[in-house]
Parts: sequence; structure tokens; C-alpha cells
Amino acid sequence: MWKWTKIIGNVNQRIFKANYSESKAKTIKACIVGSGPAGFYSAQYILKHLPNSHVDIIEKLPVPFGLVRFGVAPDHPEVKNVINTFTKTAEHPNFRFIGNVSVGTDITLQELRNCYDIVLLAYGANIDAKLNIPGEDKRNVLSAREFVGWYNGQPNLDKLNPDLSGESAVLLGQGNVAVDVARILLSTIDDLRKTDITEHALEALSKSRVKKVYLVGRRGPLQAAFTIKELREMLKLPNVDTNWRSSDFVNVKEQVESLPRPRKRITELMIKSLEENKSNEGNKNFLPIFYRSPLQINGESNVESVDLTITKVVDNKAIPTEDVENIPAQLVCRSIGYKSVCIDDAINFDDKRGMIKNTNGRVLQKDANTPDIGLYVAGWLGTGPTGVILTTMNNAFAVSQTIIDDVHSGAIKCDSTKPGLDPKKYNVVTWSDWEKIDKREIENGKKSNKPREKRLSIEEMMKIVKS
Amino acid sequence: MIRLINSRVVTNLAKQFVNNTSLQSRRKGLDIRTLCTSLPKLQKEEVEVTFVRASGERIKAKGKVGDTLLDVVVNNNIDLDGFGACEGTLTCSTCHLIFSKPDFDKLPEKPSDEELDMLDLAYDLTDTSRLGCQITLSKDLNGLEVKVPATVNDARS
Ligand SMILES: Cc1cc2nc3c(=O)[nH]c(=O)nc-3n(C[C@H](O)[C@H](O)[C@H](O)COP(=O)(O)OP(=O)(O)OC[C@H]3O[C@@H](n4cnc5c(N)ncnc54)[C@H](O)[C@@H]3O)c2cc1C
Ligand code: FES
Repeated sequence: MWKWTKIIGNVNQRIFKANYSESKAKTIKACIVGSGPAGFYSAQYILKHLPNSHVDIIEKLPVPFGLVRFGVAPDHPEVKNVINTFTKTAEHPNFRFIGNVSVGTDITLQELRNCYDIVLLAYGANIDAKLNIPGEDKRNVLSAREFVGWYNGQPNLDKLNPDLSGESAVLLGQGNVAVDVARILLSTIDDLRKTDITEHALEALSKSRVKKVYLVGRRGPLQAAFTIKELREMLKLPNVDTNWRSSDFVNVKEQVESLPRPRKRITELMIKSLEENKSNEGNKNFLPIFYRSPLQINGESNVESVDLTITKVVDNKAIPTEDVENIPAQLVCRSIGYKSVCIDDAINFDDKRGMIKNTNGRVLQKDANTPDIGLYVAGWLGTGPTGVILTTMNNAFAVSQTIIDDVHSGAIKCDSTKPGLDPKKYNVVTWSDWEKIDKREIENGKKSNKPREKRLSIEEMMKIVKS
Repeated sequence: MIRLINSRVVTNLAKQFVNNTSLQSRRKGLDIRTLCTSLPKLQKEEVEVTFVRASGERIKAKGKVGDTLLDVVVNNNIDLDGFGACEGTLTCSTCHLIFSKPDFDKLPEKPSDEELDMLDLAYDLTDTSRLGCQITLSKDLNGLEVKVPATVNDARS
């Protein structure tokens, strides 16, 4: 019996909700620019907590998910499980995916704002920060973003052709992205074969002669940027020995006890590995080195070595000394962070930091320090390019809550009848079009026992859509 | 309403209630809470768990021996935004839960290095934190109470 009362209770609740929202406001039209985690988590939150909302995600590429598809390493398929949640959101009746439309190129921000009550910018950070040192333009000096895009099938990067015939690779930067690159360079080819890594990358890596991968950081072990999970994975990599410099760890052990738990655990793991100092005949080497800052890159046309300034750390900052160390390298990859671009002149963009000026996700007006109500920013574009999907999710939820607060307070006027974007005006890829691409990629992967074989160019993707 | 559907849990459910229409209804988006409450007689070894939100709100839920706390959240359709993003594969820490000291000590399995690694990234980490997807219910845990950290509030600070 009580089962039925529960059902009735639920129905009542729904009706109540519907009445409540109708009396409060008409349909609210929200548009999110970018379909990465920030875009999808925001869509999820807004659709759930603003029952009278309609949410469109506009995405530049014909395929969704941003860095979950083009950033997250192919050997980390579990991380990509978030796609299942995003797909649930996409199936919501009040949601539309409008792919293959680039904001700033195909449509201006103002045009978009004319169509929607709320515009949330979540187009991420898709260029890389430069070192600005001599020799950075030599052949085989790449950015991690390019290298990652190459193995992950980012359109236009399949022709990158990194030269993997040298023995030594130097990665400048010690974040998780650099560790991803190191792991891909050092993994056995059979382990990579089972992933959705691109065929051209697999082919090139199977012939790779890279044996030593340096991971260079400007500061010390206590400031290491990689996280413990990523480090532990490196320490367990088959046929790879991780070797540290004991000189980098002077006085480190003494400080371990006073560190907060996460820092303590990762430092202990580094010390344990240092003390093991494995060296197995024939193994490749993963070589994290600290207190070194890139000074210049040497070589004729191809890179041959890297000069590193020796640093010391004072108050958590790296201070250069007069001393320099030279490390031979035939491949150099800089991995010192991503940056966002300004896609439309109307945006209040902080060129220096490469992100949009905002407080709590409310975009600030160009000439005043007050929020431009109705315009918001979430994800890497608003926080800067740091943090994992969890961080991005929390930010997306928080910004979405801000939006909802602004709707409830009446700051956002939702009494208009904004039309939403008319997809007919563009060569749009819809969610069911993406499902066609998805299906085809998975089918093509089956031939080689891979979870999927990604399409590499926008033309190829569009061909499937049109088929 | 957006629901996180855990594919693994869906398969588990499928195995258990092959002849029950509830699964189908669930796929169509009916309220699973209602459907679940119609099934308790089938489930012998039930364990009651209370989730306490940061706001103090208490949510009572039932699971079976062998379920993880993530399963309990998903099967009871407990409304926790973003909970269980990686679907129990130890790669997200969105299933972070805080235990009382006695309950924490009573948990039969100590956290693995991998669980601790993920916990190190969690917001509001405490000495009695665990990841919900790694805690399997036993009879002993009946009446368990766990705190759900407030993620949204954290992100704002
Ligand atoms: C190499 C790499 C590996 C990573 N690995 C992990 C990991 O293992 N685990 C983890 O938790 N986190 C990982 N991260 C972090 C994670 O990817 C980010 O936290 C998250 O993707 C940021 O989300 P976002 O939505 O802000 O940006 P993005 O994911 O970059 O999404 C932005 C979207 O906007 C689109 N866009 C760009 N310009 C326009 C335009 N003009 N118009 C319309 N759309 C546009 C882009 O195509 C893209 O789809 C990794 C990051 C990188 C770079
Ligand atoms: S659900 Fe991701 S770690 Fe538990």
C-alpha cells in the first residue's frame, strides 16, 4: 500500500514543481559554449535545478567532450567513464547539442546573447604556453599539447610526425600532462595497442628508440606538480626503472613528518623509490630531475641538447643560480601549461593570464568591474588551466548555482521569449549525428581489438554524418 | 532530472530481477526510488545506511550485503550531484564519504594505496575519509551513518 502513496507523493511533487516554476518564470533559454566537462556538468546542474530551463551546448568540433576525448590519456579509459553521465544529460528532452559551430567565427557572442537569456562560456584552454627561450623553434621541440593531440586524434595533428629515433627525450614541466607524455613514450607497445590511441601514433611508437625520458622541474621534490596516482603508475610501469638524483633529496626526509597528508604520502613514495634505485639491464629509464629551469635549446636544425639553469628554492619560488647543466636530447616537449584564447572582442579577456575576467563565474564588464549579468564562465576558461575533472566539475556546479541564484533573484530577466539558436542556419552536427560517428568509430576499433578508432579529420567526421 | 546510471549496477540489477519489469521502467526514467521500495522482500540481507548532507539533511537508504556504498547511492537514486563520476574505477574521488571514528575503525578492509592516492585529491579530506566505491557492505555495518562533504560550497571558496 505504502508503495502507492509514495508514487502519488512523487506525482504531487512533480505537479507542484511544474506550477511553481510556471508561476515564477517562462522557459529559460541557456546556451553553453564548449562541450568539455565544464559544459556538460553545467548543463546537468542547470537542467536539474532549473526545471523550466532549456540548455543548448554549442561546440566547435563535430564531436563532444573536449579534453576528455582529446586530452585524457588513451591508457586511462576509466577516467573517460564521465562520458556516460554526459550522455545521460544529452538525452534530456530539454537539451540540444549543436556541434560544428564555432563561436567567434560562425556566430558572434552578441548574436548568441540575442538568442539566449543566459550564455555560459566554457570553451576551455586550447593553446599552449611558450617558454620564450632561444632554440624553442628547432625541429622536434614540441608542445605537450601537440604531442597529446597527436596520439589522441585531435584534428590536424596527425601530421605532427615527432621524430622518435633518438635515445633521450626531455620533458620540460612536471605536471600530470608531462607524466602522461612520459608514460606513453615508455609504455610497452602491446599495452598501448589495447587502447584507443591513434594508429599513426601506435605505428611511430612501435619504432621508437626513446630509452630515457627526463622530467624536468624548476623547483624541488616538495613542490612536485605531478600527483601521487600518476607517480605510482610510473613506478609500476613494466620494463621501466625510475631513477632520481639523491642530490635533489638533501634534507627532504627530515621534513616529511611535518607535511600535510597528501604531500607527505607523495614525498614518502619518491623517497622509497629513490632508495630502491632500480637498475635492470635493458630497461628504459624515467628520470625526474628537480631544481632545473630551461635556459636554451641547442642543435643545428634538429634539437641536440637542452641547457638548464640550476635553481634553488626560496619561499617556494625557484631562484636561478649562475650554474648551468647540459642534457643531451633528440626530442624536447614543453609542458608548462595551457592558455585560453579570446574568441570574441566583446569578451573581457585577461591576456596575461590567458583567461576570462570573472568573479565566481560572473563575467566582468569590459570597462567596469561589475558583472555583465547573463554572461558566465566555467571550467579552465574561468579558473585557469589547472585541476582535474573533479575540480572542473565542482567549479561548473558552483557557477551553475550562481546562475540559478541570479535567476531566482530576478537579476536575469527571463520574461523574454528568446528564440534559441536556429540550427538550420548552420551545418550543424546534432547529438544523433554524433552517435553515428561514435558508432562508426567503435565498429572500426573492433577490427584491431581497440575500444575505438577515432576519425582524424573534420571532413571524415562530416562524411559519416552525411552518409 | 538527470540521473547517473551506473552501467555496472544496471547489469547487476538486470541479473537479479530478470523477470521484473522494474528495470525496463527504470530505463524509461520512472522514479527508481518507488520501484526499489517494492522489492525489499526479495532482498534478504539488507543493510541500512544513512547519508548526511553538509546541510544536515539525513537520507536513509537500503543496500544489500556485498553492495558498495556507491551501489547504494545509485540504486536508491540518492540525489548527490556528481557522485561516482568514474563509476567505481578509483579515478575520481567524487564518492568521498566521511565516517565516524568507530565506524571507520570497524571497516573490514583498510584502504589500499590506490584508494589513499585518490583520497589525497578529495576536498575536505579527514582522517576518517574513505571512497564510497571501495566500501562493501557487511551485516555489521547495518545502521551506518556517513557524511557527504559539501563539494559545491568548497569550489566557491
Ligand atoms: C593532456 C591532458 C590530460 C588530462 N588528463 C586528465 C585525467 O586523466 N584526469 C582528470 O581528471 N583530468 C585530466 N585532465 C584535465 C581535464 O581534462 C580538465 O580538467 C577538463 O577537461 C577541463 O574542462 P573544460 O570543459 O574547461 O575544457 P575542455 O575540456 O577543453 O572543453 C572545451 C570545449 O570547448 C570547445 N571549444 C573551443 N573553442 C570553441 C569555440 N570557439 N566555440 C565552441 N566551442 C569551442 C572545445 O572544442 C572543447 O570541446 C587532463 C588535461 C589535459 C590537458
Ligand atoms: S566513484 Fe570514482 S573513485 Fe569512487
